[in-house]
Amino acid sequence: MKISQSWLADWVNLSHGGDALAEQLTMAGLEVDAVTALAPEFKGVVVARIAELAPHPDADKLRVAQVDLGDGVFRQVVCGAPNARAGMVSALATVGGELPGGMRIRKAKLRGVASEGMLCSAAELGLDDDTAGILELPAEAPVGRDLGDWLGLDDTVIDVDLTPNRGDCFSVRGVARELAALNDSALTGPVFAGVAPRHESVFPVSLVAPAACARFAGRIIRHIEPGRRSPTWLVERLRRAGIRAIHPVVDVTNYVMLELGQPLHGYDLSRLSGGITVRFATSDEPLVLLDGREVTLAPDMLVIADEHAPVGLAGVMGGESTAVNEATTDVFLEAAWFAPEVIAGRARRLGLHTDASVRFERGVDFALPEQAIERATTLLLEICGGEPGPVQMVEAPEHLPRRPAVALRADRLQAVLGTKIDAGEVARIFTRLGLVAEPTDEGWSVTPPSQRYDIQLEVDLIEEVARIYGYDRIPRLAEQARLGIRTSTESRTPEERARQLLVDRGYQEAVTYSFIDERVQAQFFPGVVPIRLANPIAAQMNVMRRSPWPGLAAVARDNLSRQQARIRLFELGTQFEQGDNDSVNECQVIAGLALGPAGPLHWDSSDRRVDFFDVKGDLEALLTLGNGAERWSFVPGEHAALHPGQCAVVLRDGETAGHIGALHPRLADALELPRDTFLFSVDVAGALGSRVPAYHRVSRYPAVHRDLAVVVDEELHADRLLDEVRLAAGPWLQSVEIFDIYRGERIDKGRKSIALSLILQAPSRTLTDADVEGVVGSVIDRLGSELGARIRD
Amino acid sequence: MDTLAQLLAQARDEVNGSASLAVLDEVRVRYVGKKGALTSQLKQLGQLPPEDRRAAGQRINEVKQQLAAALELRKEQLEAQALEAALAADTVDVTLPGRGQRPGGLHPVTRTLQRVETLFRYAGFEVRRGPEIEDDFHNFTALNIPDNHPARAMHDTFYFPDGRLLRTHTSPVQIRAMLASGAPIRLIAPGRVYRCDSDQTHTPMFHQVEGLVVDRGISFANLKDVLYGFVASFFEREVELRFRPSYFPFTEPSAEVDVLSESGRWLEILGCGMVHPNVLRNAGVDPEEFTGYAFGMGVERLAMLRYGVDDLRMFFENDLRFLRQFA
Repeated sequence: MKISQSWLADWVNLSHGGDALAEQLTMAGLEVDAVTALAPEFKGVVVARIAELAPHPDADKLRVAQVDLGDGVFRQVVCGAPNARAGMVSALATVGGELPGGMRIRKAKLRGVASEGMLCSAAELGLDDDTAGILELPAEAPVGRDLGDWLGLDDTVIDVDLTPNRGDCFSVRGVARELAALNDSALTGPVFAGVAPRHESVFPVSLVAPAACARFAGRIIRHIEPGRRSPTWLVERLRRAGIRAIHPVVDVTNYVMLELGQPLHGYDLSRLSGGITVRFATSDEPLVLLDGREVTLAPDMLVIADEHAPVGLAGVMGGESTAVNEATTDVFLEAAWFAPEVIAGRARRLGLHTDASVRFERGVDFALPEQAIERATTLLLEICGGEPGPVQMVEAPEHLPRRPAVALRADRLQAVLGTKIDAGEVARIFTRLGLVAEPTDEGWSVTPPSQRYDIQLEVDLIEEVARIYGYDRIPRLAEQARLGIRTSTESRTPEERARQLLVDRGYQEAVTYSFIDERVQAQFFPGVVPIRLANPIAAQMNVMRRSPWPGLAAVARDNLSRQQARIRLFELGTQFEQGDNDSVNECQVIAGLALGPAGPLHWDSSDRRVDFFDVKGDLEALLTLGNGAERWSFVPGEHAALHPGQCAVVLRDGETAGHIGALHPRLADALELPRDTFLFSVDVAGALGSRVPAYHRVSRYPAVHRDLAVVVDEELHADRLLDEVRLAAGPWLQSVEIFDIYRGERIDKGRKSIALSLILQAPSRTLTDADVEGVVGSVIDRLGSELGARIRD
Repeated sequence: MDTLAQLLAQARDEVNGSASLAVLDEVRVRYVGKKGALTSQLKQLGQLPPEDRRAAGQRINEVKQQLAAALELRKEQLEAQALEAALAADTVDVTLPGRGQRPGGLHPVTRTLQRVETLFRYAGFEVRRGPEIEDDFHNFTALNIPDNHPARAMHDTFYFPDGRLLRTHTSPVQIRAMLASGAPIRLIAPGRVYRCDSDQTHTPMFHQVEGLVVDRGISFANLKDVLYGFVASFFEREVELRFRPSYFPFTEPSAEVDVLSESGRWLEILGCGMVHPNVLRNAGVDPEEFTGYAFGMGVERLAMLRYGVDDLRMFFENDLRFLRQFA
């Protein structure tokens, strides 16, 4: 809410302004977003009276004015405005002056007639967008006075970002009241006298939903003068609050709303039929709003209706059909109280956000309608004349909000804040805030005023006391906590360790969005039901990711286009899978991507590109962090996103825990990534499950090393071979490793030679040659019988 | 000059003229080996008259010792030369880069989160996590944000067709943790959160750390103390904080906390307050017995202040040239 300091000054004594005022409001919980000095954007513009006006000798549309600036010398000014007339008081930009946008005023000749200055429209002065004619000032405006000075344009606009609990501050008076409380001063604002009716006509009003609208103040004003415009001071105040002047009736209702916080509406009485009913809309009832927008209403939306149809959406916006216009002479003013819960959310559902709806949603003071009607009447009569009728008060008092007293215990106040505040000071704070506090045995019984919707609980009072007392005066107090040993498990590797391992192996961590493009997801996971957002922020961020892979692939491509040749990325985060019964499983995974050279460019290393086994090595390192290498296996698998010949399912205790492989060439081409792009992904829960080490004695006897080369079928997987070796070798086998694979000369086509390195050791004695030959013999026999392997000569 | 002296002089010449250890060894054999010149002189002592033998023997031994010393000296010289030659041959350009992978780095958000977690763990907070797809109860209602509450408009929420939503803050973890573990409780809840908002200062996904302490006798003064401690530790300098009254439905009294930057500006870093009694009640905790405080901070915001990043969106571009700066 934008509020001008000069307007505030009408309501409260301001001993400080600008940034200091903003600071005070901010520190009281009324956060000030911006403080804008509102210097006039023009220079050398003065209040001027057109003393004489004569036709221009050589131009039909121009006239020549003799302008009085009160110094006894008339300036001759050529003017083209149709509304210029002798005796009119307007604004003259004098020679040497400057208009908004930097235009300098010089002596000029217009069609041969000298002109000393320029009579200006409101638009030319940046005051309004009215370009129809020159600015008309009141006849009593002081001729010769600097216009900016006279209009009080040297002002400061404070933009207050009100929190939802402080609807009571949604007006000049509300903020002034807060300032008065903060500064322990009094509200100095005007007291509005009622306007005596000049006729007795009323317009029937009935409240058929009294819980939703429990008070409705109305008034007929007849015979206002059409075509009048709101005075400059009012237009200017509205403008500083960010509201454009439209029509005196609208301007006045806006003005009173800004001033007092009560939204009002003015109907063209001649366009209302029968009477007003405040009721809920029927299903799908249509309404064309003031701004021309057609909305379809729902049965939980409150409307103001005449005998035919809704004429306004209660608490949000009036309707187009009964709006005032240039021809309006008879007006019906409305100032009503709507229950916040009946207004809340409705505007938002219709995509609306109005000055009225933000106020009613937060709660408007139910004591205001009558005052607001009187204030609006006064202003309207000043501008347009007219004859007011009586103020009609239609209400259902039993449905108005109650303001029951709230108890505050002194010891609770101290317990919550952690400091003792003197009882006298607490009582003074309540008084300053306009809260009626009665002392009780335990503390106070506090009755909030009608405008405070946010004081219902003890804690609400504690907040008020703390806020006014000052958060900065509450001391810091170290907590007293019970010490105790916390639980900590050794059977899970910390995530930090997993991240660090990948970092140490050259991976850069990425953080990609959890929602991705459904089409890209379908390329990686065809046939997987997407989990769609109802309101995605963009079409390419519309489904929850089934894997971090698409995000990492996009990051890789972006970085390739940034000329990064070697890319190793990982991400640890959630992936989302549709579960049973509409449930969604959130699974934490570690996923990685590698492409480009296998190592950093180096003077003594090959420039080989990364391959499956580089990435597998990284993943294996990750999986063995938990001290359980034997639980993991890699089996040939299938994944739509991966190359069918370079894809493994990662199993933990035989259960799928992830995948690793080369990006499928078709996908690589579609994503504009190199075909040798490698991906892995594994469940965090499985990957980081860890085994607590269990000691076994180290043998003191020598180990024996034997190498063995066997020729086997090309299709045989290494895993199978090693399994058979382990089965055959028995308990003395400490390790078996593959140290060479050979194909070619002296090996049959379709076969390969695999060289194995065996280490044998017994726990309690030195192995003899016979022992070793026995083991090697049974290995050879078993490989021969089970796998058709033969020893390579 | 007698022959012995001549022999010694000749041997010395040969020793000093030896260019290698092998040549030197030949010289040694030639003079003091089994058939060496000096050895044979010793063997010939027996042919001398007995009265001369003693003097001659002494003389030969002297020469032999002098020669041995010369040999030893020359050997050391040659060994030193050989070592020097070997060292020279094995010299490498130590300024060339080493071999192997170069470490990558953590994302600055992770780096910041880990730091935040560490600091709070030191203060006895445990780390709790919750789902990112939440329901209305945990994200809003239980946090004292009923349907149609104006505060809901401050959370631009992503919804799923069935009414579930992406959590707009990590505060739902408060509710889940209290419902699961009751009070007292002392936790932080880090994680991803989502708001349907995207511009220069908003990304539709970001990270938050929620903190919650519920115990007997917890006060606003405790909250101030913990946050002062945290911020000073996080920025590794004494900082001035400003607790500014604010409004969150789930805390009361509530505050936004600003930190005074080194350039003298107040910068907002987190929101906090005393847990609202309705929230405690919704989570099955008796607000008369227990009080608590909660705080929530934006991780990207902390990272920006800590590392001087001036564009929030950089965190999600994953530009390697940006990320590598945090390695």
